[in-house]
Amino acid sequence: MSVPLALLGLLEREPSHGYDLKREYDAVFGRGKPLPFGQVYATLGRLARDGKVVAEAEPGAGPDRKRYVITEDGVTELEAWLAQPVPPEPHLQSTLFVKVVLALMSGRPAEEYLDVQRAAHMARMRELTELRRSSSLVDALLADHGLFHLEADLRWIDLTASRLAALAAEVRP
Amino acid sequence: MRARTPAAGTDDLDPTVPMVRARDLSLSFGATPALRGASVAVAAGELLAVMGPSGSGKSTLLHCLAGILVPDAGEVHLAGRRIDDLGEDERSALRRRRFGFVFQSGQLVPELTAEENVALPLLLGGTKRAPAIAEARAWLERMGLDDLGGRRSGELSGGQAQRVALARGLVATPDVVFADEPTGSLDSLAGEQVMELLVGAVRDRGTTVVLVTHDARVAAYADREVIVRDGRVATTVAVPG
Repeated sequence: MSVPLALLGLLEREPSHGYDLKREYDAVFGRGKPLPFGQVYATLGRLARDGKVVAEAEPGAGPDRKRYVITEDGVTELEAWLAQPVPPEPHLQSTLFVKVVLALMSGRPAEEYLDVQRAAHMARMRELTELRRSSSLVDALLADHGLFHLEADLRWIDLTASRLAALAAEVRP
Repeated sequence: MRARTPAAGTDDLDPTVPMVRARDLSLSFGATPALRGASVAVAAGELLAVMGPSGSGKSTLLHCLAGILVPDAGEVHLAGRRIDDLGEDERSALRRRRFGFVFQSGQLVPELTAEENVALPLLLGGTKRAPAIAEARAWLERMGLDDLGGRRSGELSGGQAQRVALARGLVATPDVVFADEPTGSLDSLAGEQVMELLVGAVRDRGTTVVLVTHDARVAAYADREVIVRDGRVATTVAVPG
């Protein structure tokens, strides 16, 4: 989960209050899933405990009015996280792979299953394409990410579909 | 499918009749069958993607729908009228008057400037040069190419050339645009620009589009996709709940 790192990244630009930080997070990264206030303050509390941020009480303000400032440790952690590649996760392939092999082993219509999966992928790709056409560049970037992943799955589906006969020969007892 | 209004300037468009319909098309090249009973219907204003593996017959199907190839058997109808049994001259006139074409690449006339290339369908249709060039310029502006009208195809990038080709395919306000891998030679960003412009232009006018592509991200711009396999259009599957 990248919420703590995203908050560190926002705080690196300038110190901020929990409320402003939440609003900024929602505007840039929320994409229809706003961050609950409880999570913002709990996360900031953990970051303060771990020395990644310090909470400065503002003179004259109420008891909850704290201004959060990123520490050098926080910047180091943020930089290390940014530079680290995200683990590649071929998640769909594993489920669909098991379905295809099981279908072939039991003589069920694997091609039909793949066709249904292809249609479902295309339907989702149409939604994301429409979303991208009608949204900001930031949302479009997210939609593109989804589209490229779905496209990769589809290429696997097409290649598998074209190899079903050979696969069946290999997996059938 | 999204609701569309039929293209203006055509008096024979009944919204209940498919704009393009093919029934049981078969066509062989020598001993090699390319189409083996392909059937498809495209509604007026619909953007249909035709997908399928290489060699499945999807481009041959497009060429039959567009009256470029004549099937050995089966029928092709345009807005309810049979067109596969027309003579070459009539089919040629039909293609010029009612169809627009966009292919993968290399379709511009290299001796002509970009604006002359775009104006070509109008000039061939009898429009005088000045209004044809003016219309071509308006389309180039719409494609974001207003500064490049005087360039020849060799002086354009791949993406620019394809946008010129798109303008040429749309300039004569066709009822149906046939596009065969229109982004096939472009990178992702240039391909996206071409698809955005194509979809924007056809949605405005309710133009019907038949789009052959192997690229799922391009097909995702369509209202619907069909898969061609072994010369037939596979049955469209419904996605469960």
